[in-house]
Amino acid sequence: MKPETQLATSFPKTSARRPGFAFFQSLGAVVWKDLAAELRSRELLSAMLVFALLVILIFNFALDLEPRLRLPVTPGVLWVTFAFAGTLGLNRSMAIEKDRGCLDGLLLAPVDRSAIYFGKAIGNLIFMLLVEIIVLPIYSVLYNLNLFNPGLLLVTLLGSIGYVVVGTLLSTMAVQARTRDILLPILLFPVVLPVILGAVKGSAGFLNGLEMLEIWPWINLLVAYDIIFLAIAFMVFDFVVEE
Amino acid sequence: MIEVRKLVKRFGLKTVLRGLNFHVEPGEFVALLGPNGAGKTTFLRILASLSRPTLGDVRISGYHLPAQAAAVRSRLGVVSHQPLLYGDLTAEENLQFYGRMYGVPELPRRIDQVLELVGLAPRRRDLVRTFSRGMQQRLAIGRAVLHDPDVMLFDEPHTGLDQDASAMLDSVLQEVAARGRTVVMTSHDLSRAADLASRFDILSRGVITASVQRADIEINQLLGFYRHATQEA
Amino acid sequence: METKPRLLTVLDTVTVIMLLLATAMVFFYAPMEATMGQVQRVFYFHVAAGWVGMVSFLVAAISGVAYLITSDHKWDTAGLSAVEIGIAFAFINIVTGSIWARPIWNTWWTWDPRLTTATVMELIYLAYLMLRSGIEDPDRRARFGAVYAIVGFVSVPLTFFSARLFRTIHPVVIGSNDPGAEGTFDMTTRMLQTFLFSLLTFTFIFADLLWHRIRIGRLADRVEQLRLKTMQ
Repeated sequence: MKPETQLATSFPKTSARRPGFAFFQSLGAVVWKDLAAELRSRELLSAMLVFALLVILIFNFALDLEPRLRLPVTPGVLWVTFAFAGTLGLNRSMAIEKDRGCLDGLLLAPVDRSAIYFGKAIGNLIFMLLVEIIVLPIYSVLYNLNLFNPGLLLVTLLGSIGYVVVGTLLSTMAVQARTRDILLPILLFPVVLPVILGAVKGSAGFLNGLEMLEIWPWINLLVAYDIIFLAIAFMVFDFVVEE
Repeated sequence: MIEVRKLVKRFGLKTVLRGLNFHVEPGEFVALLGPNGAGKTTFLRILASLSRPTLGDVRISGYHLPAQAAAVRSRLGVVSHQPLLYGDLTAEENLQFYGRMYGVPELPRRIDQVLELVGLAPRRRDLVRTFSRGMQQRLAIGRAVLHDPDVMLFDEPHTGLDQDASAMLDSVLQEVAARGRTVVMTSHDLSRAADLASRFDILSRGVITASVQRADIEINQLLGFYRHATQEA
Repeated sequence: METKPRLLTVLDTVTVIMLLLATAMVFFYAPMEATMGQVQRVFYFHVAAGWVGMVSFLVAAISGVAYLITSDHKWDTAGLSAVEIGIAFAFINIVTGSIWARPIWNTWWTWDPRLTTATVMELIYLAYLMLRSGIEDPDRRARFGAVYAIVGFVSVPLTFFSARLFRTIHPVVIGSNDPGAEGTFDMTTRMLQTFLFSLLTFTFIFADLLWHRIRIGRLADRVEQLRLKTMQ
């Protein structure tokens, strides 16, 4: 091992970074880190996917519907699936940080706490979207429905954003509690109802070819929810990670 | 460099640190010893800006904690008994991640240097979860020096290491300290601390009860000194 | 030890008297409603309980914000007290609503916006308690409670709007009457008086219980403090 003293004698300090750049650099680093680790282990995605497909399978047998009755329940079935699979992803994503003390590692870095929050939230969103992108075509094939409706995809995106924004915040709290795994759904579901309702109704509207006039309120609801809770999470995240 | 006055830390109604005073000059290597539950880890976490003081004054390099914590963090390197590494990433990727978080300039070159320093260059492309505990600790030190901090905090770094791994760790610690850094290391292990430190402080029941320079004490007197400082008041 | 403040004893007495008076008004002063009969009398306490449930939520959220800003433990006690009281009254609200609904709409339950929101509120309250019980460190417990109270409080109006949107676009008709119209009976003057007085009474009950509960919280802290002192 070469002594450090023989190598670089003067080393430029990190404080040379501009704060704005630091924010985005660290946010990007957190997202990259989650994606790279997941690409290696594929634990999180496979767990979410398998779970999602199992849920759809159970619905198939539990509801046992004739073809023409499938369309009305599709948005509901999809979102119940996404909500539960989403919980898995949120839990796991935070557990990784907590278990090896990596959360401390993140907090030690000279960056704004909100950069950590946004980094985790974006990572969680990407995972949730990946699951959805795989589940939607499979569902389409299994039930012979065309789910490739741009409106539906938009609503799914907006709903996922709302879900993940609140979910990341709450999972950060839940992971620090003893009752960690069961706590997240209990905290999350009552609060995220407007998202579920908005996403389901919006999706149903697009699938049934309703007038935009009837669908707009749901989209507005989703957008409002996303913005409001993004602001709240941003303001409150520091309190959830400090000691 | 590190200036702590009348530090009090309470968790709810339980007081862990009771008016602790602590002063470290630049370049000193202080071994902080003490029994379990004395508050060593709590104290170190406060110095690391991970925990807030309830009362009292804490300054590092002149910056006040927790108010100016952001400025302090770029000057701090912390190694705790958890490695703070991501098992599913390679050694190199872990350093890349932390390098970006700290905004380390000329990162690839710096990573090479650090891997050389901790003797893990041959394993740079291996996943951290395949590393032994000793290797993880060394990589953790690498992570901690990556951004060239002035102050280093080690929380019982020898925990869980066998003799060989401990010896390797010691040589890395010596290199790290040789750079003129200020180091505070908590330890259970008196003999290990004795080889490395320039000063020994005893933390007992929430305050520093004794402090002695390495030059002023014989190694075989250290145990007696420790026992005396941690006895019932 | 703190002795019970005189004002609190006065408040206790006043509250009990008001409750007796309100009950009397509900049964004897207010006239019987034409279409619904005696069961309509549930309405007075039903709405009052719902009102207290919402006020509790507001108090919990405000206490949460106050705690995050000041880190003063008393705000945490206030928030916890408000939630505990809110749980009880939201429950009363739901149950009395059910009792009222059964003979009128021929169903124990309906997913109308107000009832849905009341239920969601109750679930958030319970989640709040579960969150707190899973955390050891008192400061962290207080912080997390504060954050969740805020998040929960903000989500409730959104839930209400979404439930209402759901109803207006897909009206659901259950039984013979439209369940969403709680104001379908016109209130005579006496009914209005009874209603307002019930509202006032329950507000007094809320304030009284809150004060008691906060006191209990403070005394419990004091006991804990003394206990720790003897151990050290």
